[in-house]
Amino acid sequence: MQLTDFLTLLLLLAGAGFFLAGTVGLLRFPDVYTRLHALTKADNVGLGLVVAGLVLQAESWAAMGKLLLIWLLVLLASASVAHLVARTALQKGIRPWKR
Amino acid sequence: MAVFYSGVALFLLLTLVAGLWRVLQGPTPADRMLAAQLFGTTAVACLLLLAQAFGRPHLRDVALVFALLAAVTAVAFVRRTWTVREEDDAAD
Repeated sequence: MQLTDFLTLLLLLAGAGFFLAGTVGLLRFPDVYTRLHALTKADNVGLGLVVAGLVLQAESWAAMGKLLLIWLLVLLASASVAHLVARTALQKGIRPWKR
Repeated sequence: MAVFYSGVALFLLLTLVAGLWRVLQGPTPADRMLAAQLFGTTAVACLLLLAQAFGRPHLRDVALVFALLAAVTAVAFVRRTWTVREEDDAAD
């Protein structure tokens, strides 16, 4: 097995772990703000690691650029969505969770 | 490697199925929408993995469209459906 293959393996496994953590967080966390936290981890880091693993295997520069573009789009989307949802939830009077 | 890519894609699909519980459970519309947002990202990752596993580069274009639409749906949800003016019937 080549070094790039090994790195891809590691990065993809780490990415899958982050997706699992995001899903578990979404299921287990108590309110909308904490769930937002879990969700953006899966979006940013999980997809980032998966894309990083696949970029190593990409067959051309164009394919690499497309993969990175997809990741940047998802980053932009999740950041703006997190802000919008959190602000609207505050304006609606949903209190942040306290122990 | 193709088997490994497919395996990771399958694992991501399983986490997606687990996330459906949050869509059913709520309790606010925002929680359901956040789960749908996570499904969008998971689907993008799945499509990228399948594109690599089966050597179908055009699946990457599908993933690109998914990423674009996920942004649009969530912003439309916050600005149109889950607005502050409808607070009385939606906030619970």
